Amino acid sequence: MGKELLKGNIAFAEAAIRAGCEAYFGYPITPQTEALEHMSRRMPELGRVFLQAESEIAAINMVYGAACAGVRVMTSSSSPGVSLMMEGLSYIAGSEVPVVLVNIMRGGPGLGNIAPSQGDYNQIVKGGGHGDYKPIVLAPATIQELIDLTFEAFDLAEKYRTIVVVLADGSIGQMMEPAELPPMQPVRAFDGRPEWALTGAVDRTPNVVSSIYIDPVEEEIFNLKLVEKQKQIEAEQVRSHKLWMDDAEIAVIAFGTAGRIAQTAVRDARSQGLNVGLLRPISLYPYPYDSVREVAEQVQRILVVEMNGGQMLDDVRLAVEGRVGVDFYGRMGGVVPLPDEVYEQIQKTYAQRANGR
Amino acid sequence: MQTEIIISGFGGQGALFAGQLLAYTGLDHGLHVTWFPSYGPEMRGGTAHCTVILSDDEIGSPVVKNPSAAIVMNIPSLEKYEPLVASDGVLVVNTSLIDRHATRQDIDIIEVPANEIAEELGEKRLANLVLTGALIERLGVLTIEQVGKSLGNHIPEHRRNLLESNREALQRGAEIAQRAVQPG
Repeated sequence: MGKELLKGNIAFAEAAIRAGCEAYFGYPITPQTEALEHMSRRMPELGRVFLQAESEIAAINMVYGAACAGVRVMTSSSSPGVSLMMEGLSYIAGSEVPVVLVNIMRGGPGLGNIAPSQGDYNQIVKGGGHGDYKPIVLAPATIQELIDLTFEAFDLAEKYRTIVVVLADGSIGQMMEPAELPPMQPVRAFDGRPEWALTGAVDRTPNVVSSIYIDPVEEEIFNLKLVEKQKQIEAEQVRSHKLWMDDAEIAVIAFGTAGRIAQTAVRDARSQGLNVGLLRPISLYPYPYDSVREVAEQVQRILVVEMNGGQMLDDVRLAVEGRVGVDFYGRMGGVVPLPDEVYEQIQKTYAQRANGR
Repeated sequence: MQTEIIISGFGGQGALFAGQLLAYTGLDHGLHVTWFPSYGPEMRGGTAHCTVILSDDEIGSPVVKNPSAAIVMNIPSLEKYEPLVASDGVLVVNTSLIDRHATRQDIDIIEVPANEIAEELGEKRLANLVLTGALIERLGVLTIEQVGKSLGNHIPEHRRNLLESNREALQRGAEIAQRAVQPG
């Protein structure tokens, strides 16, 4: 398999198909609709399920149902549509069924616009729906990474019986880049479904998948089980990408599209003799707190760049624990920062580096 | 070495397709590429533009403030991108729809009556490729032959009958760029 020029939305949809995704339920919304279009053509072709629901609320509950039956299932949407799914996602988390969601974020709040944004960080990374839970959240910066993370998301979702969110923005959804798709994995056979799944209780005791725990003590026992699982995820699934950190006196921390824009700005700054490094978190939950801490122990000052008002900034500060000063540069509302703007901020942070916090 | 190209026009003029063609050509010839479109209501008649980046190294930002080159297919595009093209860059102007001259002295300006040429070729929708041909001739990153070859590799089956006229459009644009006076 060679590299193909692939648009983000089509790339993640095809990656899901190749991961053995057996059912897709969704509702169109810009800037991720090409994913539905691709699924609507490919899934029936392969004898799998595609269904355009009457709303995102219906779609996520169909996803919930399919997941309870042990089917590899996904949905995708963009910010307002994902907000509509939150009740269903909480029920899914409360039932510990594996689900993959791709959120191609756009400008908000409210109806907002269709331009690229990272404004859903807090909503997605900190849980989203009601109750104590956190999905695994993976943030790609390139089409290849979008493919690889979506493909892997299905295995992670099943391994931990959790929601995995691939969190990208409109520019990654709409952009084309050369990338390589993984080989096709067959759909899992019926008798290969997980032992907890609702597959028809023939010759066995019935399984129950539910998020109801009437007795608070029982609910707390379940909550504690989720906490234990989160500890395991935090120990096993932290991912980040470091670039040019060896001689760095300051570091830029940015994820997704902001991360690759920052990469250009950092490269330009280095070519001007500024010792700058880059840390790009890839897993947003579990957050790479240790990597940020190591960076904070090395550099004199940190610049956080986001396409929001400063949401990941809180997590950076939690890891930095006041060791060094943390500056922030963000654009909101669907405005994509240009490398030149980030470069100017790098110059400011660099000039301030010896001035303490 | 990195080259950034913005192609801008009305929705329907083929700005996004011309950009995809350059991206495919870059991919076919071993370059790193990104193609970043404007998206949304542009497809239904507003201004549509895309940014194509060709590089021999990993590409960071898919957006750029000062591109190495721009193709402007209508007046709003000229007004927006003439000031932004990097110094010593290339600006290709579609004079069929733009009735004034670009004024920058520090860039290479190529004026191409693309719609007229396309109509001579019997297909007015080829204007985008005439302009692309002119750009490629002057840009020095890819060759007309490479673009024509990639067109053959990626043109959809139901459009294959248009392949030769598309290549002819590229060639006609290139000839205009050859004849146009280069800045001293």
